Amino acid sequence: MSDHAATDAVPEVDESRRKFLIAATAGTGAVGAILTAVPFVASWNPSESARAAGLPTEVDLSKMEAGQMTTHFWRKKQIYVVKRTPEMLASLAGHDGELKDPESKESDQPDYAKNAQRALNPDVLVLIAVCTHLGCLPKTRFTPNDATVMANWPGGFFCPCHGSKFDLAGRVFEGSPASLNLAVPPYTLEGDKLTIGVDANQKGNA
Amino acid sequence: MATVIEGKGGFRAWLNKRMPVDQFVADQLTGYYAPKNFNVWYFFGSLALLVFVMQIVTGIFVTMHFKPGEATAWNSVQVMVREVPYMWLIQPMHAVGASFFFVVVYLHMARAMLYGSYKAPRELLWIIGMLIYLALMAEAFMGYVLPNGNMSYWGAQVIINLFGTIPGIGPDLVEWIRGDYGIGDATLNRFFSLHVIALPFIIALLVMLHLVALRQVGSNNPDGIEIKEKLGKDGLPIDGVPFHPYYTVKDIVGVGLFLTLFAVVVFFAPTFGGLFMEPPNFEPANPVSTPDHIAPVWYFTPYYAILRAVPDQKIGALLMAASVVAFLFLPWLDRAKNKSIRYRGAASKILLGTFFITFVVLMWLGLKPADGIYVLLARIFTTLYFLFFILLPFVSKADGNGPVPDRVTYHAH
Ligand code: HEM
Ligand code: FES
Repeated sequence: MSDHAATDAVPEVDESRRKFLIAATAGTGAVGAILTAVPFVASWNPSESARAAGLPTEVDLSKMEAGQMTTHFWRKKQIYVVKRTPEMLASLAGHDGELKDPESKESDQPDYAKNAQRALNPDVLVLIAVCTHLGCLPKTRFTPNDATVMANWPGGFFCPCHGSKFDLAGRVFEGSPASLNLAVPPYTLEGDKLTIGVDANQKGNA
Repeated sequence: MATVIEGKGGFRAWLNKRMPVDQFVADQLTGYYAPKNFNVWYFFGSLALLVFVMQIVTGIFVTMHFKPGEATAWNSVQVMVREVPYMWLIQPMHAVGASFFFVVVYLHMARAMLYGSYKAPRELLWIIGMLIYLALMAEAFMGYVLPNGNMSYWGAQVIINLFGTIPGIGPDLVEWIRGDYGIGDATLNRFFSLHVIALPFIIALLVMLHLVALRQVGSNNPDGIEIKEKLGKDGLPIDGVPFHPYYTVKDIVGVGLFLTLFAVVVFFAPTFGGLFMEPPNFEPANPVSTPDHIAPVWYFTPYYAILRAVPDQKIGALLMAASVVAFLFLPWLDRAKNKSIRYRGAASKILLGTFFITFVVLMWLGLKPADGIYVLLARIFTTLYFLFFILLPFVSKADGNGPVPDRVTYHAH
């Protein structure tokens, strides 16, 4: 203290030392700020109870008739379950050229549904009823040749929001704003018991 | 700028010693010179400020009765308008106010485009304005979701899913925004928090910066010539008048007209034929029933029409984003020497006129179902929309350089 008063000479400023200290302080502060942001950002992820509410859903298929569709909820999403008739399965053939992703290469489904029928068992179609465009609920248009949907309509789903069209395996037609086929959720099938949300692979194929 | 009126003593002097009240009035109001040739287009800045304050005040009162959440939101709105004294008036004031906010802001932006107000030295003023516009869109969207009507629900579904189109992180991002596998309590409560605290705060801050930037560069005017370049002997702009009392009084006239119109709509046509409040939103959210035709509120429909015009999800979302962001680049896309449309050639006038018409047509198309002729029209007008931004650099460079008057055009009333 008294040293300063005694000498007029201002001690030389060590610029590089000062720069280093500024950079170190700013750097440490920035790291701290980023780490502090983590809990705030992470707090937006689904809570434990939201995750728990995403438990598997069971469906008894024995009460369904061929050609019938039932709807269920799994993880706040509607699930369509269709017991397909042989005619419905036949309607899947012959329009691959009009589809955006006929072999479901880009689309979202478990590998056991990555086939022509997009199903574990061709008779049972399980789809997440969320339009892959922007999430509306696709409506059923099962009657073939319904010209209000399009010419040569094989039967399938139609999204009212922006007009996406899907066949009876949920595969999207060219000209739709949606680019991917309707997603298939993980599921297992044991006789007439369908469990949505439990992966057939992890249970050892049913 | 101007000198402070020295208080003779007493409270005024005491106050001014502790806070520069008179200095502020002298600098910002009586000593701030604005061009004398403002026309009606210059009402909308002060009106935007008015609507903002109105939204805050009515919002505070709506919040007193609103119960955010999946199970409670819808009912709490019904109860407040039916049972709480005068909430039948205050709640629609808030809902209708949102639409009026956009009417005012769109006219305010159109003015800037007419008179080249975004050009140097007002680029930053324009960009801050665009940030306000973006924050306002987020604020309006979340407000619309809060009451959890059926259009709230499905509108939110569509808009949040737009983020799912971002490659790689999309699906996780959507889950993070919702805080659940679908729109639920978590979503509604975080939107409530953002709508009531975070975004109004951000908008207020941005409006303040908007005005600071405006004071720094000064207002443009319908002739687009800088009044600061013609100073009188007193060092003040010859073509300027003090903001107070000249423009405070003018703005009060605007306020009077605006409030009259506002009251007429609130009392006699609050839903405005389904435009300000959409019919499906008079039903509670129903996750098993998508309304037959989903349309956002009118102020978002131009962008929505662009989204739907594209038969590919990712490109549609990308074009939609581009159609909003494009405005940010106007200061640099416009290469004319003159600012105001008054001193530009016919090509510029046709270009800008076509753009305004295109915006309104897309607005209309976004309200229509996406089929048949409407899709074709949406594609044509989407093309016209982007053509404006593509052609502007060339057209403005070619015919925006004619002679401009020496002084602003002004006729004494
Ligand atoms: C809450 C919303 C807003 C408020 C309260 C607000 C307020 C104001 C006020 C009071 C003025 C001066 C009066 C006038 O020129 O009308 C002004 C000028 C201006 N504002 Fe805004 N504004 C808002 C949004 C916007 C937006 C969204 C934009 C553009 C994207 C914008 C761009 C401009 C420009 C370029 C000027 C200068 C115009 C000129 O001098 O010719 N503002 N604003
Ligand atoms: S959400 Fe189904 S077509 Fe857009």
